[in-house]
Amino acid sequence: MKDVAVSICPDGPILVRGARTVVDGDGREHAVTRPVVAVCTCERSARMPWCDSTHKSLVRPDLRGAP
Amino acid sequence: MTGQNTRLPAPCGPLSRHAGDLLRDGAPGIAPTCATASVTTSRDAQLALWMLYEPAYRGFEDVADEREWDPDLICFRQGLEGRFEDELRAAAAPLVQSVSDLEDVGDQVLAMAQRASGVSLSSFLRREATSEQIVDFLRERSVQQLRESDPQSFLLPRLSGPAKVALAEIQYDEYGAGDPARLHQTMFAEALEAAGLDASYAAYVDEVSAISLASANAMSLLCLNRRLRGAAVGHFAAFEASSSVPSRRVSAGISRVGLPQVAAAYFDEHVEADAVHEQVAARDLCGGLVDAEPHLHEDVLFGAAVALHLDGLSATELMARWSDTSLPTEAAS
Repeated sequence: MKDVAVSICPDGPILVRGARTVVDGDGREHAVTRPVVAVCTCERSARMPWCDSTHKSLVRPDLRGAP
Repeated sequence: MTGQNTRLPAPCGPLSRHAGDLLRDGAPGIAPTCATASVTTSRDAQLALWMLYEPAYRGFEDVADEREWDPDLICFRQGLEGRFEDELRAAAAPLVQSVSDLEDVGDQVLAMAQRASGVSLSSFLRREATSEQIVDFLRERSVQQLRESDPQSFLLPRLSGPAKVALAEIQYDEYGAGDPARLHQTMFAEALEAAGLDASYAAYVDEVSAISLASANAMSLLCLNRRLRGAAVGHFAAFEASSSVPSRRVSAGISRVGLPQVAAAYFDEHVEADAVHEQVAARDLCGGLVDAEPHLHEDVLFGAAVALHLDGLSATELMARWSDTSLPTEAAS
């Protein structure tokens, strides 16, 4: 893939395609090892900078609450 | 790992016996009527279905490859499939209804996975399960995970445009993204071996429960019938959306009981992979399919509900099994 493409998931991570590295807030470089990576935006992931779906327990009470 | 050494399993009732006869001899005979009240929870019916689907995957050493499209076999399979589908549609209805307040199909699938209630198997595995119970969990999952993502590959020619691209993107990752060592099926086989289990394909088909077989068979039902492509897509998205967080818990449980880290590696891989896949599957795959074929919207939700319904049945079953043997009764509730 020639271009890096970024798409933002509502109340979720940022999906990044075509990147070779992602630099985190401390300036550390993380190699991209899969075709698409999900970058954490809730800052609660235990695997920063990658999303581990922790955001699900934090956001969107309308998606979470009992019907 | 290949189907070359897989032999027909031992029948456990009239339906699986008839399936074996059809596969081995092609002798039609008279198909037994399916007398069971629930096909979903009948080990005989689910084993029969699993046997009848298997020629589409790796096949059996003692079955002629030509039997795959045997009309009597397909006819018998359709009878069981019809009963199975009816039961799944009835069970899925409340889950589908639970997201009627939302409009976007991607939001609906993600919300359904979030709202699905019931016992949390992964929380138990993380905090309380014994090593033997974690091994039991791996054994029950082996029949479907050793061919992880294979049913969904049958969907690719049935999709077009953005939905096809989304599925292909997920499958490339599931199939190792160019690295055979990262093939998820292989990683699961390594996890089985690390846990002291037999990692050969279908090694435990004679031992796993009706629900474990039903979980594998539901994927075949949805993915091998083109008319059910909407449900297959929804099932896949819900399956991915209920994987990342539970995988993190299972990995922690494996480390806690001291099983080898190789066993945890499979689940570690799925924390990150499925955090990606659930987004792509819900928004691009389900969303893309419903954009292209709006009449499939309800079927996408049906499929998502099937995945969550069977996941719930499996959790309830395993928790009940373990509470019978080694846990106080209240732990099952």
